Amino acid sequence: MKVLVAVKRVMDYNIKPRVKPDGSGVDLAQVKMSMNPFDEIAVEEAVRLKEKGVVTEVVAVSCGVTQCQETLRTAMAIGADRAILIECADELQPLAVGKLLKALVDKEQPGLVILGKQAIDDDCNQTGQMLAALGNMPQATFASKVEVADGFASVTREVDGGLETLKVKLPAVVTTDLRLNEPRYVTLPNIMKAKKKPLEVLKPADLGVDVTSRIKTLKVTEPSKRGAGVKVPDVATLVAKLKNEAKVI
Amino acid sequence: MSPSELLQRFGPREAMDYDVVVVGAGPSGLASAIRIKQLRPETSVVVLEKGSEPGAHILSGAVMDPRALAELFPDWKERGAPLHQGVTGDELLVLSGQRSVRTPSWLMPRNFHNDGCYVISLGALTQWLAQQAEALGVEVFSGFAAAEVLYTEGGAVRGVATGHQGLGKDGEPSDHFQLGMELLGRYTVFAEGARGHLGKQLRARYRLEDGVDTQTHAIGIKELWEVPAAQAQPGHVVHTAGWPLPSDTFGGGFLYHLEGGRVTLGLVVGLDYRNPWLSPFEEMQRWKTHPAIRRHIEGGKRLGYGARALNNGTPQALPKLVFPGGALVGCEAGFLNAARIKGSHAAIKSGMLCAEALVLALQGGRSHDELDTFAQGFRRSWLFQELWTYRNFKNWFKRSPLLGKLMTGVEHWLLPKLGVRQPPWTLHNHTADHTRLQAASAMPQIAYPKPDGKISFDRLSSVFVSNTNHEEQQPVHLQLANPGVPVALNLERYAGPEARYCPAGVYEFVNKDGADQLVINAQNCVHCKTCDIKDPTQNITWVTPEGGGGPNYAGM
Repeated sequence: MKVLVAVKRVMDYNIKPRVKPDGSGVDLAQVKMSMNPFDEIAVEEAVRLKEKGVVTEVVAVSCGVTQCQETLRTAMAIGADRAILIECADELQPLAVGKLLKALVDKEQPGLVILGKQAIDDDCNQTGQMLAALGNMPQATFASKVEVADGFASVTREVDGGLETLKVKLPAVVTTDLRLNEPRYVTLPNIMKAKKKPLEVLKPADLGVDVTSRIKTLKVTEPSKRGAGVKVPDVATLVAKLKNEAKVI
Repeated sequence: MSPSELLQRFGPREAMDYDVVVVGAGPSGLASAIRIKQLRPETSVVVLEKGSEPGAHILSGAVMDPRALAELFPDWKERGAPLHQGVTGDELLVLSGQRSVRTPSWLMPRNFHNDGCYVISLGALTQWLAQQAEALGVEVFSGFAAAEVLYTEGGAVRGVATGHQGLGKDGEPSDHFQLGMELLGRYTVFAEGARGHLGKQLRARYRLEDGVDTQTHAIGIKELWEVPAAQAQPGHVVHTAGWPLPSDTFGGGFLYHLEGGRVTLGLVVGLDYRNPWLSPFEEMQRWKTHPAIRRHIEGGKRLGYGARALNNGTPQALPKLVFPGGALVGCEAGFLNAARIKGSHAAIKSGMLCAEALVLALQGGRSHDELDTFAQGFRRSWLFQELWTYRNFKNWFKRSPLLGKLMTGVEHWLLPKLGVRQPPWTLHNHTADHTRLQAASAMPQIAYPKPDGKISFDRLSSVFVSNTNHEEQQPVHLQLANPGVPVALNLERYAGPEARYCPAGVYEFVNKDGADQLVINAQNCVHCKTCDIKDPTQNITWVTPEGGGGPNYAGM
């Protein structure tokens, strides 16, 4: 069985984002970019399935600018066998990525698609769900445990009241949550090997997909600064302040 | 588990052979790699970088003299090198209290003129150099620290090993443990920057400092600001002397206007300071409040922060540059020109000179021997001429700022006017920075103003904008030879200077149940190496943490 893993290149999680002075978006100039952490978990899970012998091939895919090739090399250093970049310099919104992945699913016919549940840059949490709908595949989101056997995937997900386990028929879409696994270290020998693995570059037009954005960003602003705290002398003052100033009780 | 036990249990390490291994993807290391590929394309060259990507750990002013870059890439403009903003004006200010006196341009010694230079982000240039290197076929691996020098049986350097990944706080391997890798080269070039951790070992092992002056260092603390459009003066360069540093302390400030309404500014403080109460970080914060500095950044926003130790770069203190199997280049050796307040041109040139010697050796089929032609090439280069001209600058200032100003004026203003290019005398220094601290009780305490959160800040909010991160579950990379020294000696006699000279709040003395103890917040470390230099008994050794850790400077 083949697994398709989608990975997104995002601003590194260690970087403090800064909004451009004109409010048009986040400033990405000279900023370190890396693989979306949820997607790293997705790649790790796919590679583990391969190591267990359930899966025969892991294909990593990314949609975006040329530099996404670096992200795909990282995926192959973790253990993906080959990679596909759908190269596009324009902004790609979740629906466009969903359509691109759907076209790729038609082409590659994977038994399972694993994605991060959301990307840490826009926090959309939509691509996996949209792909499942477009491809008419079952979906199991926010996976904290995945088991694959006999044409089905049992997926455990964390819900408010505890754990919920879903059984979905393959091919299916699974999106990963933080607790699914802890990705391995990318080692230097594996990075060297990843350089030799095949990386195919496609254009959205090759897949016949229109990636025009449907949503327009009007303005991006930074969260307002938190005001300084005050020390209160006693409980009575605290209650009075909560009642009269904060108006929360 | 000890290093040898780890190797026994998980080893052997994988190894890869190259013609040349370069440690450090900064300007000098990348210039070496690029020059080798230009001269001898079939050479296999690998560059290791501990930062998460090239430029992530680069911190510099920077005003750059493009001379060396133009030698490396005569078509650097067409190739799109990020030198966008030429210097449009030079100011040299002497600050006192609330006043500033501008040195008239005609009185400025030649070293303070920056005509033809550029105000740049050296981090951006480093990223660009890495791209050029990769395009030439150099393999650049970021996020992997060279943690160990490997030697042949005959005692020559045969390469380096990268650090292990996945060691726990206690030094025991975790479930995720991965061995480091050996990168072997016919020659290894060390370009770790000032006070390199492997360079320090090589200096001792091969006695590279015998017969030369003692190298001295300074700490540079820098911030990047975005200022209101009305205050932007792209290309304007300001250097300051005097306030807030006491007259017995070497140092000065810089403030450069980049393109796009950005201002980069900082303070450099000589690490030969004597008063343990001095805090370079707080000096930098209050320096910004001086009217002559404040007016540039008022109403702006701080974008970035960082700190780095630098050599004071007297050629008299340059170590022997070569040893069997390798060489030191850039700030690792100490090629900075302190008088011109710049070193990136020297770093690039030294890397190129080393590469030329390497290519000669490789073509001769040699390996693991001394690159003697590197030292000879340096002696014949313009770089040597330049550094030699300004050799006394730092040493005059060390004697006294007044003498420094006077003699710099004599050597680089008066004598050139009389037709004398080279001053006829040479000053020497044999005092190491760490020996200079005086007992806290004998020195005046310094009361620093509280940060206002607008112009001046505290350490933690500063480290926050350096984007520094380390994997938490790893051994502390600031090693104490004797764990009793910080409290028994440093706190007792010197009032805990590490809590002040560290610009990132790594060292913190706390009193727990009535007993003083030192807490090392290693995850805050911005890799400046100041503690390795200034600790009075050299009790602290900075070693490489897990690769990819440290600051992620952007636009610095």
